[in-house]
Amino acid sequence: MKYAKILILAAFAGLMIYGSMGLPDRADPDNRMHQERSITDTVVAGSYFIREAYNDANTPNMVTVVLGDYRSIDTFGEQVVVFAAGLICLLILRKFRPV
Amino acid sequence: MREQFESPIVLLGARLLSPYIMLFGIYVIFHGHYSPGGGFQGGALLASSIILIRISGGRIISRLQIREFFTTPLAAIGVIVYFLAGFVAVLYGGYFLDYEALPFPGDLSPAELRYYGILVIEIGIGIAVMAILVMIYDHMARGEDYV
Amino acid sequence: MIWEVELVLFLFLILTAIVALEAKDLLIAVVTLTIFSFTMALMFTAMGGIDVGFTEAVIGAGVTGILFIVALYQTTIKTND
Repeated sequence: MKYAKILILAAFAGLMIYGSMGLPDRADPDNRMHQERSITDTVVAGSYFIREAYNDANTPNMVTVVLGDYRSIDTFGEQVVVFAAGLICLLILRKFRPV
Repeated sequence: MREQFESPIVLLGARLLSPYIMLFGIYVIFHGHYSPGGGFQGGALLASSIILIRISGGRIISRLQIREFFTTPLAAIGVIVYFLAGFVAVLYGGYFLDYEALPFPGDLSPAELRYYGILVIEIGIGIAVMAILVMIYDHMARGEDYV
Repeated sequence: MIWEVELVLFLFLILTAIVALEAKDLLIAVVTLTIFSFTMALMFTAMGGIDVGFTEAVIGAGVTGILFIVALYQTTIKTND
């Protein structure tokens, strides 16, 4: 049974390595996600965020601009999720002191 | 392995190390526009500096820093700061979380308005994450005066 | 990034993952998982995602280890399987 486990893991690792051979190179400007048109020929954002992040928000770090400005409602939802997780920990793990 | 006892060496080391971690956390929050970092990372650094004092000193010493009942309102204040940054923009005639409509004083261009709007929400995220992580630790750990 | 350094990081990643899975003492497993998280942060930094690496180093190697150790002290140290 132990050899079957190792065999399944090795087969899965081989599958992942075979799948990762088809990925594009890192930081290649001709990649699919940097094109202005997608595969189905619709207009997408492309590399707009990389080009215009400094001009829109006067901030050199473009990750901060994407998280805080372009996708700020996403970050707000994440904040509410973290707050809900804290409240659930408070409700489940609260200590009941017999005073 | 489970009994707890005081160790002055550990407490001295934690007292030496904790203010520098806290200062680095504040630097990460306020310098997130120019270097890697932001509200989440800075809030986690602030929380780890507070949890370090709580682990090494116990609850009686750590009550002098931040009381237990004070963390839940602080987390709510962090989320409310983020929400108000979006809602004030709605009141002044913009979209939700549209920082160009925020009424900052002075004559600022739209790019600079977005700069200060991002700074306000990063501070809100930092306060909320710090308070929530300390709150989870407080309710998980049982200190020396647990009955 | 030099590819030899990435290869060494990959091997260290697999080694710490196997040790964290197979350790009988759960405290050893938590410490090894912390080393796994920090190696993962170095990998993210090598690939260019510096913000993700910073988050991984702070959360995975700092706060998660503390919370795991607190949970261990409320329950048992030794594993059963």
